[in-house]
Amino acid sequence: MSWCWKGTGVPEAVGVIAAFQTDYRSQHPDVTFVEQAQEAAAGAMAAAGMRPDDIEAVVFSLAPTFFMGVADADRWAIDHVFAAGKPFFRIHTGGATGGSAVHAGYALVRSGMYRTVMIVGAERIGETPDAQHVLNLIFDPFYERDMPLSTNTSVALMATRYMQRHGVTQEDLARVVVRQRRNALRNPHAHLKGEITVADVMASPMIAYPMKLYDICPRSSGSAAMILGNADVIDGFQTRPAFINGIGSVTDTYWIGDRLVPSADAEIAELGLAAVSAAECFRRAGITDPFAEVQVAELYDPYSVVGYLQLEQLGFCATGKAARLEDDGVWDVDGGAVAVNPSGGTLCSNPIAISGLARCIDAANQVMGTAGAMQLPGVHTAVATAVGGIAQFHNMTVFGDDHVEFEES
Amino acid sequence: MRHVMHQELTLHYDYALGEVAGTFLDGLRQKKILASHCSASKLSYLPPRAFCERTFERCEGWVEAGAEGIIEASTIVVRGFEGKRPPPVAIAFVRLDGVDSAIANYVDGVDLADLDEAMRRLAPGTRVRVEFVDRPEGRITDFSFRPIDNQPG
Repeated sequence: MSWCWKGTGVPEAVGVIAAFQTDYRSQHPDVTFVEQAQEAAAGAMAAAGMRPDDIEAVVFSLAPTFFMGVADADRWAIDHVFAAGKPFFRIHTGGATGGSAVHAGYALVRSGMYRTVMIVGAERIGETPDAQHVLNLIFDPFYERDMPLSTNTSVALMATRYMQRHGVTQEDLARVVVRQRRNALRNPHAHLKGEITVADVMASPMIAYPMKLYDICPRSSGSAAMILGNADVIDGFQTRPAFINGIGSVTDTYWIGDRLVPSADAEIAELGLAAVSAAECFRRAGITDPFAEVQVAELYDPYSVVGYLQLEQLGFCATGKAARLEDDGVWDVDGGAVAVNPSGGTLCSNPIAISGLARCIDAANQVMGTAGAMQLPGVHTAVATAVGGIAQFHNMTVFGDDHVEFEES
Repeated sequence: MRHVMHQELTLHYDYALGEVAGTFLDGLRQKKILASHCSASKLSYLPPRAFCERTFERCEGWVEAGAEGIIEASTIVVRGFEGKRPPPVAIAFVRLDGVDSAIANYVDGVDLADLDEAMRRLAPGTRVRVEFVDRPEGRITDFSFRPIDNQPG
């Protein structure tokens, strides 16, 4: 049996061998959900020069299944992602799922349990008009579900508080949308892209104050896969891998109202949770000054405000200052200091089950030199994040062109 | 060729309230908002819960929340969804006096015709009071919040 324990007792270096993404669109009527997942699995294996037998374990990235309408569809997808006969794990941390799935795959390789792991998933949220209804069902039935709470409205609640605290305006948020839709013009997979203006964002319909239609991600369908391997696999299959040099992940209380008060562990309106996972991740990766040491940040930002929150909490700038630096062009791909979401980010494509995986793939591609028209010069270190639930989950991954070893303290 | 297969899913649930939610919802019937209290952490929680998540001790007591509080976060939901109040509606997380966490509900008594003006009336930091419906039925929608400066008379 090829998947028996073969660990050395020393943590393994883990590198990205290859990855694949479909285009993200409202619909993919030419394939079913599982066929869509298969496109990504087959695509990543073809990119790696691998056959199904080369993959020892499969991690399936699948968020709430009522987005695509088949309960626990990981089971339906077993054959399509070549998982039969192998260990198969379904990962689910809401919007953070894709990042958590990468962490699960990373842990399976780093521990020495498996040499090669594929992370794969698909999303078909465009097949229901009821996405916000599904997201209302993530709230408990007694205290919160009777309110129109969803991700849209919860982020609106965070935004009003954050904007009041720091004097951030709706125009400040609109500038993110303008920058990222422009970035997405270079991303063949992006769902929304184009040259728009702050005035266009401001004129888009209000959904939940201050979040307007253009401040909010689209409902995207598509699939993605990433293959991770240890040093032996890297030697055999990839001359220019992206090493996973750090991961960080943390979970906060379910209760929104506990995170808006002085006794909060992490303030939700600032996405204070992100500072916790970033500190763990950067410590492992040996990064002390992210602004100076990271060239690309692929941030999970399904709403315009969420990118600012993470830039601040990850330590790229001081709290409340990201909007000012946006105005100065600091986050631009051309001439900026840190290229934030060269892909257009989650704001331009949100296939929820795999959005965190897409962030990791887009970050890894920049390190591997395989980002196509999005490729930036001189990328040695790139980070990817994912946020899930109502900011209950945050995770972060650092990709580097050189392997950085760390020991747990 | 058929391009899609349409299905509608209808599922039914009877969620057990348990002791904590049951006590809280029974309190609403008497127009009382009951918070669970942990004597070890001195924290009172809304929504109530069985265990204090800081000390991991059982919340063995109940305290009645104040009838007023402060808005911690608010929004106006302009595009709503089925089964809720028709939009636009204002909602807020409010920390009631004597309670250490905030609880969500609708905010009434604010004209939502001008969204910018309405949000100024609802901004975090605004004092609100609790207003119950005439005939509470033991559901969270038995009460809502209302800005205090909006109180008639």
